[in-house]
Amino acid sequence: MAINEKMLEEILNKYPAKVKRNRKKHILIRDSAQGNQEIEANTRTIPGIVTNRGCAFAGCKGVVLGPLKDMVHIVHGPVGCAYYSWLTRRNKARTDDPKKNFLTYCVSTDMQESDIVFGGEKKLSRMIDEVVEILKPNAITISATCPVGLIGDDIQSVAKAARAKHGLNITAYSCEGYKGVSQSAGHHIANNGLMENIIGEGDREDPPGKYTINILGEYNIGGDSWEVERVLKEIGYDIQVVMTGNGSYEKLKNAHVAQLNLVQCHRSINYIADMLQTKYGTPWLKVNFIGIRATIESLRNMALYFGDESLINRTEEVIARELAEIEPQLEPFKKVCSGKTAFCFVGGSRGHHYQGLYEELGITTVLAGYEFAHRDDYEGRDVLGRIKSDADSKNIPDLHVTPDEGRYRLKIPVERMEELQKKIPLNNYDGMINEMVDGSVVVDDLNHYETDEFIRLLKPDIFSSGIKDKYIPQKMGIPTKQLHNYDYSGPYAGFRGAVNFARDVSMGFCTPTWNYIVPPWKDSPLLEGSIEQCSDDTCVEEV
Amino acid sequence: MLDCTPKELTKRTGGVINPAKTCQPIGAMYAALGIHSCMPHSHGSQGCCAYHRSHLTRHFREPVMATTSSFTEGASVFGGGGNLKTAIKNVFSIYDPEVMAVHTTCLSETIGDDITTIIKGAEVPEGKLVIHANTPSYQGSHITGFSNMVKGMVSYLAQAATEEKKEQVNIIPGFVNPGDMREIKRLAGKLGVRFIMFPDTSGVLDSPMTGKFHMFPAGGAKVDDIRDSGNSKLTVALGHYASSDAAHLLERKCMVPPITLKTPIGIKATDDFLMTLRSKFVQEIPYELEEERGQLVDVITDNHHHFFGKKVSLFGDPDILTGLTELLLSLGMQPVHVLTGTPSGTLGGPQGIFEKEIKEMLAAAGLEGRVKAAGDLFELHQWIKNEPVDLLMGNTYGKYIARAEDLPFVRVGFPILDRGVHSYMPIVGYRGAMRLVEMISSALLDRQDRDAADEDFELVM
Repeated sequence: MAINEKMLEEILNKYPAKVKRNRKKHILIRDSAQGNQEIEANTRTIPGIVTNRGCAFAGCKGVVLGPLKDMVHIVHGPVGCAYYSWLTRRNKARTDDPKKNFLTYCVSTDMQESDIVFGGEKKLSRMIDEVVEILKPNAITISATCPVGLIGDDIQSVAKAARAKHGLNITAYSCEGYKGVSQSAGHHIANNGLMENIIGEGDREDPPGKYTINILGEYNIGGDSWEVERVLKEIGYDIQVVMTGNGSYEKLKNAHVAQLNLVQCHRSINYIADMLQTKYGTPWLKVNFIGIRATIESLRNMALYFGDESLINRTEEVIARELAEIEPQLEPFKKVCSGKTAFCFVGGSRGHHYQGLYEELGITTVLAGYEFAHRDDYEGRDVLGRIKSDADSKNIPDLHVTPDEGRYRLKIPVERMEELQKKIPLNNYDGMINEMVDGSVVVDDLNHYETDEFIRLLKPDIFSSGIKDKYIPQKMGIPTKQLHNYDYSGPYAGFRGAVNFARDVSMGFCTPTWNYIVPPWKDSPLLEGSIEQCSDDTCVEEV
Repeated sequence: MLDCTPKELTKRTGGVINPAKTCQPIGAMYAALGIHSCMPHSHGSQGCCAYHRSHLTRHFREPVMATTSSFTEGASVFGGGGNLKTAIKNVFSIYDPEVMAVHTTCLSETIGDDITTIIKGAEVPEGKLVIHANTPSYQGSHITGFSNMVKGMVSYLAQAATEEKKEQVNIIPGFVNPGDMREIKRLAGKLGVRFIMFPDTSGVLDSPMTGKFHMFPAGGAKVDDIRDSGNSKLTVALGHYASSDAAHLLERKCMVPPITLKTPIGIKATDDFLMTLRSKFVQEIPYELEEERGQLVDVITDNHHHFFGKKVSLFGDPDILTGLTELLLSLGMQPVHVLTGTPSGTLGGPQGIFEKEIKEMLAAAGLEGRVKAAGDLFELHQWIKNEPVDLLMGNTYGKYIARAEDLPFVRVGFPILDRGVHSYMPIVGYRGAMRLVEMISSALLDRQDRDAADEDFELVM
């Protein structure tokens, strides 16, 4: 059943007037006849709404910095923020030297009341000293939590002093949770910091291989990056660094040598992608390694960028071989999935990316949205010049980089760049809405009440989102799939990942438990027996 | 695994590495979920609420509904009053709970929002309630936050309305699972004592699959019952750290005498719980419970060769550890490392009760051990490197130490994120103790089986 404007209005009518006015702008029904449809995004969530959104700290330390494995990420604040961002995201990492992987270490200054009153800078300095002495990481980050900015702890100065003292790359990120309107502010803060303090620190001048790339916005959840890298290496690419899944300070500091940057999650890392273009002349290509068709297209676009015939041929060989391997494996799952519908509500890129994979399995996405994306992730980057900045976005400073005198190099001639941009998404992203079918619903910052209402109207066969709303549809008898952490499975990226995803989604549909929700006594009468036919007229009529 | 943790212990003062506690607000949120038809509300940045909901959901595998004041930079500078008032209005009009339970965060505490005044100035619909607790994340731990929210329930709701106290007992269960709360209620029910349990997350965080989602499930302590707790003749606070402050507040406010007992983990603590109810309400212990107790003693005796004399390292929340230590000692085991992240004596509470109580128990058993409050798992791991043990017990975070040191591991406490079902299965009462004995035995025997040479691999053990 499709939704019309009237039904949408009815859903919104339950809201108080102010909330209704606000939420109306965050929801649209896709209608390609209207051309570009505007949606409001990256604005404040109204207090008192059950939102899925998190904070700037979560976006900075939790998402972008946290996966860098050879660094210790100190959290300056009371204990909670460090605790909740400790090993909960499934960003996997391995190292040759077991003493250079710090993902199992959670380091918090554990601020106490006296630190709030008298300041926590000294405690932070002591923590840095202890980390250097005991854990011996390759570099250190310091992330701020809410009280740090409020009490005026100058973590930038503490980091600077520690850098001088220990001769180690130690950087601070002022990502207090109240900054911006969601995790998104934290991504931006982390991007600025990595660009300013780490990328380019390395002394490598030349790429290690003929086709050297970085992968940006890939966090190796459930091993996604490893599956993508497997295929890329087979084709012949050298991967300088993945930002930031399984990434390292040691690799990241030489990220400037790549000839092309791939952007998987546009939202969380487009700032670095743009800055690398400006500073080092490295273009970025929007890729999507979720779904088979999207993976193939991304691989072909990469080959086209380098334009080398042998690379193009090798790409086709690998695609053919991979397809031959997975297509028979997918068949039984397609039978299970075919004809079903899905909701796809994820952070800032997967709400878009998984729609293609669902489609390949025969599942139509009837509602999609992002938790913390901006208008360009919905409408495409054409809209960038038209987005009005507000007080919240102005609070996150833009980092302005200039071409690096020694290292700026045009990777491809200007004319060829222009030619390629007509064919492939070089330095461009068209957004989610353009790819959605007419009649489907797009919701920004979907909240609990709307989730309930849209489920009632659209009755999806599967609900894909995160941990906070996972068990709500499930109580209603609807299978769910966590697309933030993959329900502890994966990888879901690339060719083999698609098979894992199909298997897991099918498992959700097929688990026999759905047949047991209604107890047998709910459907059968308490008393069993039959009513005897009256044989004489003294019998009183039974009702 | 954890390869950077050295054996050599050094004094650290910069904070914690691998904490054995988390912050107050999550405890407050959990406690608030134990009121029927209550919306917990986090007065702070969105991230706090998101993190707490995620973590509780991962532990219970149940929906955890809560709202947030969604602070921005502006609210942090000019105060969060406006945000909270908007939130109160929206929560009642959109979700319609009976109660909203506000807790603060390090953000709103640092800027000094006065919640009482803000609530007074808010639009609260007729017949609806807003209660609050101050839960600064920079004091105590999640256990303190739980305790503070229970205190909030008492200060806002409990009333002494009758001249004579009623023949009923208040039971404050502490930060335990809904399965434990059910078991405590079952035990009290078997004695035929009328009781009021608050908070009570059973029926909320262990709600059944019915094909329907209920934002406010059937369970939870009813507001009327919490009000009536002021008329009870006794409050039994289970656990010094999570429960006794609220019981003492109830005494000050409504003259209900409190008694603090250990969380009833193990034979002795369960005996104490039942004996207290027996003597205060002059009720015989029914044979059914005597039978359960006898069965527990029987299985411990039958299987003592599985665990007697084994050294154990355990960590978690203080009230749980006190009960567990006593249980382990009653099994003839040696709990030589006992560590909690929760500080022992903050907020004017008695200094060092945790260490004192555990050390006394160890001494009575002729044992010496390392006991620490406000410790972290980095240090616990170092203790294990210096003094190896046979078994590790604690929440999921312990699995990394268990792997690093190749130790059998029993998951107990909060949070358990990598296994299901646990929150339904009690560790309290005689039945709960029997379950713990089975878990401990199985962990030790699975290890013995794994390590046995073929010729030593036994059928009967």
